[in-house]
Amino acid sequence: MEIFQDVVCPVCGCLCDDIEVSVENNKIVKARNACAMGTTKFLNYNNDRIPSPMIKNNGVQKPVSLEECIEKTAEILVKAKYPLIYGLSLSSVESVKVAIELTEEVGGVLDNQTSVCHGPGVQGIHDIGESTGSLGEIRHRADLIIAWGANLQEAHPRHMERYSYTSKGRYRNGKEDRNLIVIDVRETLTAKAADKFIQIEQGKDFEFINALRTALRLEQIQKDKVAGVPVEEIEKLAEVLRSCEFGVIFFGQGVTQVNGKGRNIDGLFSLTRDLNSWTKFLIMPARGHFNVAGVNQVATWQTGFPYAIDLSRGYPWYNPGETTIIDIIRRGESDATLVVGSDPIAHFPPAISKRLINTPLISIDPAHSMTTMVSDVVIPSSFAGIEYEGLAYRMDGLCLPLKKLVKEPDNTMSDEKVLKMILAKVRELKKVN
Amino acid sequence: MTGIKVKVLSGRTLRQGVGKEAGKNSERYRTSVSICEMNSEDITSLSIKAGENVKVTSAHGSVVLKSVSSNQLTKPGMIFIPYGLYANQLFNETTGGSGMPTFKGEPAVVESAIEEPVKTLEELITEI
Ligand code: SF4
Repeated sequence: MEIFQDVVCPVCGCLCDDIEVSVENNKIVKARNACAMGTTKFLNYNNDRIPSPMIKNNGVQKPVSLEECIEKTAEILVKAKYPLIYGLSLSSVESVKVAIELTEEVGGVLDNQTSVCHGPGVQGIHDIGESTGSLGEIRHRADLIIAWGANLQEAHPRHMERYSYTSKGRYRNGKEDRNLIVIDVRETLTAKAADKFIQIEQGKDFEFINALRTALRLEQIQKDKVAGVPVEEIEKLAEVLRSCEFGVIFFGQGVTQVNGKGRNIDGLFSLTRDLNSWTKFLIMPARGHFNVAGVNQVATWQTGFPYAIDLSRGYPWYNPGETTIIDIIRRGESDATLVVGSDPIAHFPPAISKRLINTPLISIDPAHSMTTMVSDVVIPSSFAGIEYEGLAYRMDGLCLPLKKLVKEPDNTMSDEKVLKMILAKVRELKKVN
Repeated sequence: MTGIKVKVLSGRTLRQGVGKEAGKNSERYRTSVSICEMNSEDITSLSIKAGENVKVTSAHGSVVLKSVSSNQLTKPGMIFIPYGLYANQLFNETTGGSGMPTFKGEPAVVESAIEEPVKTLEELITEI
């Protein structure tokens, strides 16, 4: 039996790097320290593999050779006038680099899951600016943790233990030295674990943020209640925020996916900026997929923009709301889609999925998903952080190395390699044409 | 049949997170995403028992789900459906210029649907 130490968990944006994985005969038999999601992936990732490259013929997916799939994919992408390349949050940084090159070569749009998770958060950074730091800094110093529309306990099960509320740092010894305040519309498991839970009315985050900013400026709120919360309670909250030594707001999709979207986040970033004239305060999105932040990083250093990048004009163009995948598909503009390690059919509104299916759809994925089930071309790949190594970015922007723990099945390879083969074929076809 | 007016929230649950890692074809995944978490008062006012099926209808679609009583929904008038194909039946394709559909806060009506089966994921995909 081989034991790997300090393995990075390739599931959520916490990228816990203390997992101990035991491998016996090329099979993972144990994953110590991981949470339920992490353990389930390490022990079950291999259960539902795509057995072979496939191409749809008369409505039925039929096994073919990898070369045929690569050729077909390249043909579709070269022929398309406005193809989309989407996903990559479960791939390595190295794969993202190739995907950007491919998008440029075919004159398409590169978008990723950011679009439907923390896109408004990214827009908040553009609008206001971000007061940020590392999770390590938070663990050592933060005495006030705010979870705003973020159910950390279920979406990032080890977040509190490793980086925030209950973590033991150099200057804070766990939860007795910290305060956790949860602001949410549901009394989530995170809210139940908190020192204080403030329940606001659904869809009223924007009002609540602005009332809190008003209270922070010591100005009077001309109402009894805002978002269902009595003004005295808002004033008390402002006092708690003002008087902490080191605070941090973790926000989740509870604020990005509700009405107000980017404006809510502008409000939260502005609140954090205001707080820095009183004390030290940070803000950080609780990112979901393990490398969703990495796609933003790589795309920004390569194109200047973090997601929804239109490369069809010969130079990068970025305008969320216009160049974001949902909007492009809704307007019926795209004419082919390549999905890498994502399941948009399970996560997009059905009207969008319908359009997605009506144009050629290609999936690169290690395992079955709703999207692979309906794709015209399916290319099996291997699992980043289990079957191939590479880099990934944690939610705070720290880059960590993913390990190779077992050998990949013979007919699979990394997303990076698959994308490189497609890119080479695309270049070859373009030369001939 | 009378229903109750609610706002629909979708989101991550640990069960859904574990289910997706167990495999999208797994029973664990399907049962984790085909539920409707409700406040117990809302369940009572539909004259059903937790575990019986409900039908949720919004302006954009409708879906039958298994009701679950949730202590996270402390007030009536809100339901929670984990992220996935079932929840998405209810959401609009527009983004208001933000790139992001509204996955939380969609107005809908919930009614009792004891006799109606919860569709399988394959059935939902075929209907797309
Ligand atoms: S919290 Fe996230 S990164 Fe850490 S073990 Fe769980 S799934 Fe993996």
